[in-house]
Amino acid sequence: MNIGFRDKLTGLPKPVRILLWILLALFAYALPLLELPIISTPGVDFGGVLFTVTIYCLVALGLNIVVGYAGLLDLGYVGFYAIGAYTVGILTSFHANWPLLLAIPVAVVAAMISGVILGAPTLRVRGDYLAIVTLGFGEIIRLTAVNLEWLGDARGIKNIAKPPNIGDEKTGLFEIPHLLWGDGTVLVDTEHPTKFLVFGYIDQVPYYWMGLTAVIIVLIADILIKSSRVGRAWEATREDEDAAELMGVPTFKFKLLAFSTGAFVGGLAGALYASRQGFINPLSFLLLYSILFLAAVVVGGQGNRWGVLLGAILVAYLPQRFREFDDFRVLAFGAALVLLATLRPEGLIPPRRTVRAKQLEQELDELEQGTDEGEEAARV
Amino acid sequence: MSERILDVQSLTLKFGGLTALDDVSLHINEGEILGLIGPNGAGKTTCFNAITGVYGPTSGDILFQGKSIVGMKKHQITKQGIARTFQNIRLFPTMTALENVLVGADAQHSTGMLTALFRLPRHRREEKQGHDRAMELLRFMGIHRKADELAANLSYGDQRRLEIARAMATGPKLICLDEPAAGFNPAEKVELMDLIRKVRDQGFTVLLIEHDMRLVMGVTDRIVVLEFGRKIAEGSPSEIRDNPAVIAAYLGVDEEDAS
Repeated sequence: MNIGFRDKLTGLPKPVRILLWILLALFAYALPLLELPIISTPGVDFGGVLFTVTIYCLVALGLNIVVGYAGLLDLGYVGFYAIGAYTVGILTSFHANWPLLLAIPVAVVAAMISGVILGAPTLRVRGDYLAIVTLGFGEIIRLTAVNLEWLGDARGIKNIAKPPNIGDEKTGLFEIPHLLWGDGTVLVDTEHPTKFLVFGYIDQVPYYWMGLTAVIIVLIADILIKSSRVGRAWEATREDEDAAELMGVPTFKFKLLAFSTGAFVGGLAGALYASRQGFINPLSFLLLYSILFLAAVVVGGQGNRWGVLLGAILVAYLPQRFREFDDFRVLAFGAALVLLATLRPEGLIPPRRTVRAKQLEQELDELEQGTDEGEEAARV
Repeated sequence: MSERILDVQSLTLKFGGLTALDDVSLHINEGEILGLIGPNGAGKTTCFNAITGVYGPTSGDILFQGKSIVGMKKHQITKQGIARTFQNIRLFPTMTALENVLVGADAQHSTGMLTALFRLPRHRREEKQGHDRAMELLRFMGIHRKADELAANLSYGDQRRLEIARAMATGPKLICLDEPAAGFNPAEKVELMDLIRKVRDQGFTVLLIEHDMRLVMGVTDRIVVLEFGRKIAEGSPSEIRDNPAVIAAYLGVDEEDAS
């Protein structure tokens, strides 16, 4: 089913494909303005939910590089997210007064450096051991934040800078109306337009656009890097580290690169989150989030960028959409995970290669069992 | 006499109390096919592992093109020009055949993160070079039609061929083949012998571990025999065939098996 869709997609001529992608991107940008009845979230601001979704998408893309491509199980990814958020908090509010656009690059580099510092000694261990070490890292970062007054201890950091407005603060460059869905009619709601581009407190849509732009940029970078020597080296290392090393891949260097690239993206997500939120404290960076991030990657299908995006969307969006069942949220989430593990153990959209390998395995099984279809296939 | 490409000097390797290799010296001349034989557990693969940097020797030295490679990292040794295959196939199963070979070809490349991200000229040049070389090698091995097939989905024989192609792609001067014919039927073995000769004719030097006597005798220029971690004989195939120590240790006393 997946494969049919994908083949159709890649079979289209290039201009058509590019057009389709652009349309999809435009739709994504317009999503909070359309306020589609079933999709939008009653009771919670839809723009805000969508922003959270983009942050999860960023995190999932970053973590997918570490877990999906390079095969390094990282249970402390929230640590990098926290470093990005805290760096922005410190630089724009707590200890200095930088503009956000200057603080974000510093935050991202800080996260990357912390990735190297964590990775250099720990990437020599593999598998479960690495998971435990990174788990510890995530907790250390949080506990440091709790206990250091310089980092605002348990009270956290307030008044984190917002992105700069473009255009006048009252109206923006121009105003974009939302749609209003009544009973069978669609109206244009000119009462509460979104101002382009004013980053205020009430209207969350501009933040969503910022997050979505970051996701698209990271996604393109991901595609470019994956289809190069770097991507191949990561994959080879994941598949068989010793063999990769003997084929001339400096595996340690590439693992460190994967780790710091993942940290880079995680730091970016944390920085954007802190800026939208305006306020952070250690409770925003609990171990639970590391698990949720990893769940997004695994649910979607680790190693497939579209899969992990879908996973991130589900993990971030569903709990908000079904807020009225608040008490059963975690239960439903757990049940969904169990179901998924049984029905689609490779994730919702597994990497194409896993699908191909599985298919062949199945064909072989059929051949061995000597079913009619199997014999026919053998004759062909 | 041609130049020595690899010179193993009194190589000793101990694992705790066990001496896996005991004062082994051997050398490989440029452009020859050297066979390394011996009964199970004689230390053939250990010797391979020491040469390719998997184990550090307890004492002794390994010179490659006159330079010691002891203490170098595995991937550095590969870059110096030693490539190998594995006794039990170790491909990258979820990568395609072509990508497997590309990983090998990447050993000589230096495209990094930023070069790839901005699609700089070096990325495009190396990508094209690697691609051309990889397809050439797949064709040489006769598996170019399966270039886009996942390595895991190839037949056993094709996987062995792919391993050789991947090793050749790293741009080596010396190729070490660890029992390349294991699991092959006699017809495939004959094919493989031709292939190994063709590999040599392309200018590679070959070090071959093999159990199959006929294959070893038929294809090698020189043979080194190991037993219990010691070198017990060295010479041309016919000399080895008639060497009483070898017959006793390896080929068995029964003359029929030896021929």
